[in-house]
Amino acid sequence: MSDNVQLKTPKKGYRLLSGKSWMVFKEGLWHNNPIFGMMLGLCSTLAVTNLMSNALVMSLSVTIVLIVNSIIISSLRNFIPDRIRMIAYMLIISTLVIAIDMVLKIFLPDISKALGAYVALIITNCIIMGRAEAYASNNSIGISSVDALGVGLGYTFSLMIIATFRELVGFGSLFGYQVLPEPLSPMKIFSIPPGAFFTLGVFILIINTIRGHKEDDA
Amino acid sequence: MNILLILFASILTSNIALTYFLGMCPFVSISKNIQVASGMGMAVTMVMTLTAVANWLVNNYVLIPLGLGYMQFLVFIVTIAAIVQILEIVIDRFFPALYQSFGIFLPLITVNCAILGISLFMVLRSFGLLQTFFYGLGSGIGWFLAIITIGGIRKRLIFSKPPRRFGETGITAIIAGLMALAFIGFTGVASL
Repeated sequence: MSDNVQLKTPKKGYRLLSGKSWMVFKEGLWHNNPIFGMMLGLCSTLAVTNLMSNALVMSLSVTIVLIVNSIIISSLRNFIPDRIRMIAYMLIISTLVIAIDMVLKIFLPDISKALGAYVALIITNCIIMGRAEAYASNNSIGISSVDALGVGLGYTFSLMIIATFRELVGFGSLFGYQVLPEPLSPMKIFSIPPGAFFTLGVFILIINTIRGHKEDDA
Repeated sequence: MNILLILFASILTSNIALTYFLGMCPFVSISKNIQVASGMGMAVTMVMTLTAVANWLVNNYVLIPLGLGYMQFLVFIVTIAAIVQILEIVIDRFFPALYQSFGIFLPLITVNCAILGISLFMVLRSFGLLQTFFYGLGSGIGWFLAIITIGGIRKRLIFSKPPRRFGETGITAIIAGLMALAFIGFTGVASL
């Protein structure tokens, strides 16, 4: 019983992450979800969600880059001069992305080929720059990495639900395994660009409805 | 590949915004106002053409001969940042009227994924210099066309009443989907 009560008051700190960390984590994961809350990083969201495997690899890569980048930037936050901070962040992010790209090319050559230029485009993904600028640049290492983890998992979650829907309806499969019976022909449109836009739009509607979120008058 | 074909395909059939989803952030956030959208469109077209050519030169005359292919991403982004800076100074100095119309967008463009995307696609498709120029120009015009069109459509939204919980972004995504569907009609003509 007492557990139930505590579940409703997350500030008490009953989990692995205590108090503030948990709030920061949940903020990134749900309230300020990068895709459905802040609407950042839409390019890769739309491009790689045609197959679940692509989406999973992409979102894990972004999460790793986010976390490592946040740790580096928050540890260097007192040394990077203010005027050149953007270019410094850019260089750090590019270096991390080059590393990720090499790792993918070696261990997952097929997916790396399928993702193509979109791995490199993690550099210009606004989520990473946004977290660096808004959070890591003026918070301690510990809390910035929790923030990055929350945002990264929020991104992963958003990409995976979009990809699950698109692969299931567009190809009739999940992670490449055929799940829908043969006679049901897949709706090809969800695997091509227009379907990506429709899926994103509808999921935004659904998530906003679940949240009971009041949009600024549309 | 014929340069006219590349120009045509990059504007219509392989539209950078509607087929490759590049440059989505400004596409969604500033397409509400046509004036602003056209300023951004002009800036993107200009920067895209210049950076594609510059990155082609850097890639073919510096990176490949020196065996620094793995540094591509880093060098490309630095080139883009440098060109945007120079362009901003030059336009501010010599064409103040032009600066008024799209100068404020130039700094934002450095992190526009469409710009970096074009440079990367140009390498992946192994285009020559002239082809790269027309590919950059065509993609810029294509993005311009897409953002102006969606700006025009969004302006008409005041006459209709989409579900409120779509929000600005949701309904823009749906409109973009319909536009992408229309652009697919060109696919039979030419494709990259």
